[in-house]
Amino acid sequence: MLDAQGTAAAPLVQVSNLKMYFPIYTGLLRRHTGDVKAVDDVSFTIRAGETLGLVGESGCGKSTVGRAILRLYEPTAGRVVIDGDDIPALAPEALRKKRPVMQMVFQDPQASLNPRMTVADIIGEPLDEHTNLTGQEKLARIYELMDQVGLNRAFANRYPFAFSGGQRQRIGIARALALNPRFIVCDEPIAALDVSIQAQVVNLLEDLQDRLGLTYLFISHDLSMVRHIADRVAVMYLGQIAEISPRDDLYANPLHPYAEALLSAVPEPDPNGAARQRIILKGDVPSPANPPKGCNFCTRCPKVMPVCREIEPKLAEAAPGRMVACHLINPIPSTG
Amino acid sequence: MTDTSAAPIKLEKPRSQWRDVWVQFRQHKGAMVALVLLCVMAAFVLIGPLIWRIDPNFIDPDPVKMIRLRNKGPSWDHPMGTDQIGRDILARMMFGGRISLAVATVAMLVAIFIGTTVGVLAGYFRRIDGLLMRLTDMFLALPLLPLLLVMMFLFRDAAAKVLGPSMGTFLLIVLAIGVTSWMHSARIVRGEVLALKEREYVLAARSIGTPARRIILRHILPNVLSPVLVAATLGIAAAIITESVLSFLGLGFPPDFPTWGRLLYDGVDAIRTYPERVVWPGIAISLTVLCVNYIGDGLRDALDPRIRGR
Repeated sequence: MLDAQGTAAAPLVQVSNLKMYFPIYTGLLRRHTGDVKAVDDVSFTIRAGETLGLVGESGCGKSTVGRAILRLYEPTAGRVVIDGDDIPALAPEALRKKRPVMQMVFQDPQASLNPRMTVADIIGEPLDEHTNLTGQEKLARIYELMDQVGLNRAFANRYPFAFSGGQRQRIGIARALALNPRFIVCDEPIAALDVSIQAQVVNLLEDLQDRLGLTYLFISHDLSMVRHIADRVAVMYLGQIAEISPRDDLYANPLHPYAEALLSAVPEPDPNGAARQRIILKGDVPSPANPPKGCNFCTRCPKVMPVCREIEPKLAEAAPGRMVACHLINPIPSTG
Repeated sequence: MTDTSAAPIKLEKPRSQWRDVWVQFRQHKGAMVALVLLCVMAAFVLIGPLIWRIDPNFIDPDPVKMIRLRNKGPSWDHPMGTDQIGRDILARMMFGGRISLAVATVAMLVAIFIGTTVGVLAGYFRRIDGLLMRLTDMFLALPLLPLLLVMMFLFRDAAAKVLGPSMGTFLLIVLAIGVTSWMHSARIVRGEVLALKEREYVLAARSIGTPARRIILRHILPNVLSPVLVAATLGIAAAIITESVLSFLGLGFPPDFPTWGRLLYDGVDAIRTYPERVVWPGIAISLTVLCVNYIGDGLRDALDPRIRGR
């Protein structure tokens, strides 16, 4: 496993100040009266061959980050540099040419496969779009991909309904691998699977990473699974990143109060183990259409200070390789 | 076969799904019966006149004979009887069927084509959604019968001049019916497309870099097929009836030109004394509609891989 400091690999993905606002139109004239700030000023980098875990509660904008990076949504602002190209600025045809580098594995394997296409057609679709293989070569590549993800070649003519959830997810992974991508966004790829299958799929993803040198953005709300697969972990809250840390540091000693609360909720496998102090947050997540003035977490933070309600904390380095957005960790230089 | 050595099971080449569709279609008894019946009807109207060689518009020039031949019941000379001026009804049914079936099929195709195109474009491209749906609402709000009448009235002579009287009328009727009956399928298709385009497999296709036109053809259209088929089968029935309404109002085909709808209306006058004159075209129309409905049902099942598998 890579450690944050130990490697000098160049960043493959560089996201800076990414914003994704969904406009709200109200009234008879459909006037633009506000925005749902699903992703608000998010920056991070992912080095080649690394896995960045992206965790956070439902509705905090994890999936939106993944989709905006691949420009499945048009980001409101910000730069996303993947392998040297600024994705939001690419022209449509250039973006199409760029697509093979970055792919996505979707959350719901049932919904992400067209029910009227056979497995061979589904896996072959990227090949149809981006290569000029003959029928024979295409078939050979499809079989190769099915081998890679552990699907029996005899299934090529079947339709998605005939598969279990885990097998469907393998089809989705094979489709994402078809064009030899370097970067794959895994959008909660295991959330819809049952536990025994989750392990299989995660092991498959790790195995593929080792063999093909893939870089993952692994979006999940399953903290134990992220601990297993990720090298570094970013914790999101209400559209912003609260903390980015190397995995081991984060799980051993979370700095941001939200990360601390989140990690205290991970179920303990050993019931006789040391009873942990669970931090139970009060209240609800504020609306992303109208976030609090200062820190987004100030309404629920157990360690809230007056400054938190006034000034928005910026993501800053708190320890080597660890970035935290919290006044408690990074006090602002007193200006009076 | 490629690389069969690795797998113990013999690998099948990805095969065309149309064979599977046909295999499944044959499982649907109702659809097969309907298909056979529809073929029989098509043979009846297409090949029938070559065997039963009586001119459908033949009126005996001798007035005495003509009067004797009027309103005959079924006999060997005239298996379906004769009408009020002594024309053979069997021959009229055959010729009428040609027109009715042709009008119904082509008008339905026109309506479905326009409806699906408008529906898919409106559903998929948000920018033109408002415009296209307001257009649809406008067509729905128009009083159709007066519109049809005005269209026929204005363009009939012009079309007849260019394409000849029967072809011109045919084309005009087909277009008129098609252009005034696409709105419901457009609405149904738009609703389906709106739901489908948010599905993850469409998102997956976009992340692959599939252009919009191929997303529509590959992912959207096959999945809106069932509502389109239902709309199409209902459209055939509506087209036959609309054509007969137009003929009845004197703005469709010329009055001596038999169509099933026309025969039905002519027969209504004498329904108490000669009910069979209403029954023959009535049966023909209902049977066509029923057959098309069953075939559509079977086709929908056959095209759905979830049903096809078992």
